[in-house]
Amino acid sequence: MTDMLTPILTQTWDKPRSWKLQTYLNNGGYRGLRTAFAMTPTAVIDSVKASGLRGRGGAGFPTGMKWGFIPVSNPKPKYLVVNCDESEPGTCKDMPLLLASPQLVIEGAIIAAYAVGAHRAFIYIRGEVLHVIRRVRAAVEEAYAAGYLGRNILGSGFSLDITVHAGAGAYICGEETALLDSLEGRRGQPRLRPPFPAVEGLYASPTVVNNCESIASVPAILANGSAWYAQMGTEKSQGSTIYSLSGHVRKPGQYEAPLGITTRQLLEIASGIREGHRLKFFTPGGSSTPLLTPAHLDVPLDYESLAAAGTMLGTKAMQFFDDTVSVVRTTRRWVEFYQHESCGKCTPCREGSWWLVQLLANLEEGKGEEGDIEKILAICDQVSGKSFCTLADGFVACVTSAIAAFRSEFEAGYRLPAWELFPYQKSALFGQTVVAPPPGVSISQEPPRPRRRRAAAQGVIEP
Amino acid sequence: MTQPVSEAVTFTIDDVTLTVPKGTNVIRAAEASGIEIPRFCDHPLLDPVAACRQCMVDVVDAGNGRPMKPQPACALEAAKGMVVRTAATSDVAKQAQCGMLEFLLINHPLDCPECDKAGECPLQNQARVSGRETSRYTGAKRTFPKPIMVGQTLLLDRERCVLCQRCIRFADQISGDSLLALVERGGKSQIGAHPDAAFGGYFAGNVAQICPVGALTTVDYRFQSRPFDLVSEMSTCENCAAGCEMRVDARAFEVKRRLAGNDSTHNDEWLCDKGRFACRSARGADRLTTPLVRGTDGRLHAASWPEALAAAAAGLASSATQGAASGVLTGGRLTLENAYAYSKFARTVLQTNNIDCRVRYLSDEETAWMMFQQTTGLPPVTYETLDAANHVVLVDFEPEEECPMVFLRLRKAVRKRGIGITAIAPYLSHGNAKLGAGLLACAPGGEAAALRGLTRLGDNTVILVGERAATSPGTLTLLSQLASTRQVKVGWIPRRAGELGAVAAGCLPTLLPAGRQTVDVGARSEFRDLWKVSEFPNATGFNASNMLIAAAAGAIKSLVIAGVDLADLPDPNLAVSALQTAFVISLEVRESEVSAFADVVFPVAPLEQQEGTFIDWTHAQRKVVPVDRHDANPLTDLRVLGALASAMGVDLNLPNPKEALRELHALATRPVAAVHMSSATPPPIAWSEGNVILATWRPLIDDGRCLDGADSLRRGAPKVSVKMSPATATGLGISPGEHVELSAHGTRWHGPVELVVGMAEGVVWIPQASGASVHGRLIADSGERVTLSAGGGVL
Repeated sequence: MTDMLTPILTQTWDKPRSWKLQTYLNNGGYRGLRTAFAMTPTAVIDSVKASGLRGRGGAGFPTGMKWGFIPVSNPKPKYLVVNCDESEPGTCKDMPLLLASPQLVIEGAIIAAYAVGAHRAFIYIRGEVLHVIRRVRAAVEEAYAAGYLGRNILGSGFSLDITVHAGAGAYICGEETALLDSLEGRRGQPRLRPPFPAVEGLYASPTVVNNCESIASVPAILANGSAWYAQMGTEKSQGSTIYSLSGHVRKPGQYEAPLGITTRQLLEIASGIREGHRLKFFTPGGSSTPLLTPAHLDVPLDYESLAAAGTMLGTKAMQFFDDTVSVVRTTRRWVEFYQHESCGKCTPCREGSWWLVQLLANLEEGKGEEGDIEKILAICDQVSGKSFCTLADGFVACVTSAIAAFRSEFEAGYRLPAWELFPYQKSALFGQTVVAPPPGVSISQEPPRPRRRRAAAQGVIEP
Repeated sequence: MTQPVSEAVTFTIDDVTLTVPKGTNVIRAAEASGIEIPRFCDHPLLDPVAACRQCMVDVVDAGNGRPMKPQPACALEAAKGMVVRTAATSDVAKQAQCGMLEFLLINHPLDCPECDKAGECPLQNQARVSGRETSRYTGAKRTFPKPIMVGQTLLLDRERCVLCQRCIRFADQISGDSLLALVERGGKSQIGAHPDAAFGGYFAGNVAQICPVGALTTVDYRFQSRPFDLVSEMSTCENCAAGCEMRVDARAFEVKRRLAGNDSTHNDEWLCDKGRFACRSARGADRLTTPLVRGTDGRLHAASWPEALAAAAAGLASSATQGAASGVLTGGRLTLENAYAYSKFARTVLQTNNIDCRVRYLSDEETAWMMFQQTTGLPPVTYETLDAANHVVLVDFEPEEECPMVFLRLRKAVRKRGIGITAIAPYLSHGNAKLGAGLLACAPGGEAAALRGLTRLGDNTVILVGERAATSPGTLTLLSQLASTRQVKVGWIPRRAGELGAVAAGCLPTLLPAGRQTVDVGARSEFRDLWKVSEFPNATGFNASNMLIAAAAGAIKSLVIAGVDLADLPDPNLAVSALQTAFVISLEVRESEVSAFADVVFPVAPLEQQEGTFIDWTHAQRKVVPVDRHDANPLTDLRVLGALASAMGVDLNLPNPKEALRELHALATRPVAAVHMSSATPPPIAWSEGNVILATWRPLIDDGRCLDGADSLRRGAPKVSVKMSPATATGLGISPGEHVELSAHGTRWHGPVELVVGMAEGVVWIPQASGASVHGRLIADSGERVTLSAGGGVL
């Protein structure tokens, strides 16, 4: 089965000291950049367009087309921003990618900047992942020292400076306009569009914001040709991508495969659901993509097929939940995340998530009332499509899809706490015991539980 | 500059076809055609944020044949062929709006019975119109400790806030005092003020007015009244010459609050804090209620009106029989009608042209400028002129301090059109810095030379000049030449609301009402006929300064004074000796320093009881409407003067303000000969010696008596300091923060030194009429040489 995998982004992950520039060069690194420099910027954009590469951050917008929106005649400086603010529950592809092959992202960024005429690029990394930030900073220094960044790169006449920026820990900053506000030193909140970032983005200048994985996919396209890239995947979803398998699978991890592979195939590669259990539901691309059930195991994991199945490819963060899991509890935990991460700018997201968490908590604790599910669905309807950005659509999607697939479980919340139907200990993976909240204590009361401060990553990480 | 021809767009709302200029948002187009779309965050004068989502509409066709998901009308640009449906015709829009309202209410307290906004609250109104009958929310509501102060004049009840960010956007976009921000996130989001710098500035009160819920309230109106107990009148603010339209709300004949009106020709929908809060000065214990007459014991005693009128008439008659003249000081605060009454009273009863409305530094050059302005038919500069200007030069004028609404207009033009502002001033003030003004640093007195050096004149330039130009010889002469040749437009902006009206009414020693000169024989006979008097003064009168000198010397035996504050005069000591020498009749609302010297004091009605007119700096007539109507026939200056004239056997023939205005308007229809200024530059003022040049002007919030009762506003006044450039300080051997003493004419002023980079050399700046109680008082004017010495202790 493993022959279905196509390690391109992940090609050097198992090499010793894979993050070093020398390792990267030994494995064909910076070939794509040299190819790009031999082409005109327009030809580079055309090549990426022809490859069929689409945004890997969730929305799936064609990358080459996005680059093409940058107005060449605009006298203002152009900017490239690489969005590495990965923080959706279940999503874990960009961080290992940056940790294992930071040079891939740097090379992609140079090519992209060259294509759009930017001389300053920003790599915006989620602030909590300090070890990744350190590693990318070290990699950028290495690239500067080797002449891949700075003035007159490789004698091409093209210059580029890269700034590695640490975010301040907000999921909303993964939304591109909120990211730009945050990068400008403001509170991270989505901006009104139009103007779109391609016209007025960072510092009101034309800006391309690309996902980390999209940028990392570019060097191989230039090195091997767009036709080579486009022959992978399906007719409309071309190329190869990283699927992040987590949860109750035997071998969780990153699996790079062409778009269009099915969940069943990926599960086989990952040795299936854990011993003695059945798959109950899964997300195809993070918590904000409507969840799927075993009935969808053979749906090809590409943009179009998943949309046809009523969900999205998203970030390809596949969280698997087996039959020990309470869908009510899972949904509540997800919505709590969105409530905590809602920026508060618009009413439906701020208040809708606040209310939903209370209702879902009641259902989990067996304190629901007849009609709560209808109320939840009504709230979802009042939020859906009416919020400022798509953050709110994310929590609506997980709630409505969960109720659609497992309504009876929610109805059970009128009478029984979820921990009685699904003892939480049974879902634990690593032998730890997850304790149910004691009866009578409502977690929904404000202020919410204090945010735990995570200890800084222990151990020495070699830069 | 040619205006770009805007393209028109035709689209449909609720089956009504509308044609609007391209770029119009749907909510504005709906408004213009009377279609109601509810909103909280949207405000026509602020950029859209689309945060509250209350204005969701159903877009059946985006103009391309395809529908859109529900869109916020405030951020949706009308497009050709678009089909929009509001809650009136679409269930989608109706449900979206109803849902949004439900969300806003789940955490909103049910404290309407004690909330100041209840009764005029958009949230309350919309909940009634489009909300659900009952709440589906059963959880606990979000609470915050309440209220918190955001600045000296504002309180914030965070649990009532709907996070529309109107206040934040006002601070950022309109006033430029960006000290409010959203803090925390999600459900804990709240409006927060900067921990080290409270939200203040001169416009903070506007955020309470535009708050669509009861979250932001002002300290002085909180818990004062219910909206439905208020009687409202649209009137004009009397605190400066801006001519702002305002709504005055009174309960039981007492003014409870003042709100900005909505007048796009003047103040848009804004009012400065002085206009908003400084309306309680006539409520103190010093309010005069009966006439006072000085008895033989040398003290003032309450007297009946006939007694006081007889005493006043006798005093005036006695000085007339002694062959000595009388003088009239009208201050700058009278309505046009009252000023006209004083003007007529001086000419017909007192037989004198000794009348002046200026109680500040004045010059003959300025008198000539006022005549020039009054008699030449130059088109007045207006707020619209500022909107359309390419370049505005500020001379002897600090817009934010001296005419805040001009500041807001300029800031709007800078923000929307990127116009250039040049400030000819000793340093770049905070207000001018917010305008992005370029500074032409100049010591007081050097303004004319600096103006001559400006190369960018022409090209739609407007010069705004303030009343301080009187202290800078040559400035007004140069400006009159520039204005006459129509190279530039010149707007003269006095600080006081009544000054231009007084000039129009003839409260100048050289001018009769409606621009007639006192030296004009034809005009004199015209007035003799109009006013039905046999005698008419023909000599040019004394101006205010000369009147006081003459009175101190005994050449003027009697003075009629209308609400003048001695501290405003350039030489208060001279004024005191003048008042001690002359027979003084004072007409005022509150006891003052003048009443301490007056022989007869007449109480007059405060402005809130009067009807009348102000002429603002754009020369527009602005209506003053009585709010306190408990007295059907209030004792205006005009009525008191009429009674006094009767007591002296003359009929003033001004039964009411309307009659005064009618006479003035009849006069104004006839043209007058233009009086041009002499082109000779007046000589420099011979100041006494000193080691630094003083620059000074009055901040908006100063120690003036009209701010009495506005305690919260006074607390927010800027800190007092002595500003000078680092080089000047080094030259004087002074370090920042050190206390220094300024002295002139035997008076002293102390304050800490603040260094200002880029300030004109050899100049120090202190605020005028500020901090007097702490620092003592310096009698000196802008441009004067004063002596600065280190180590002045704190008094």
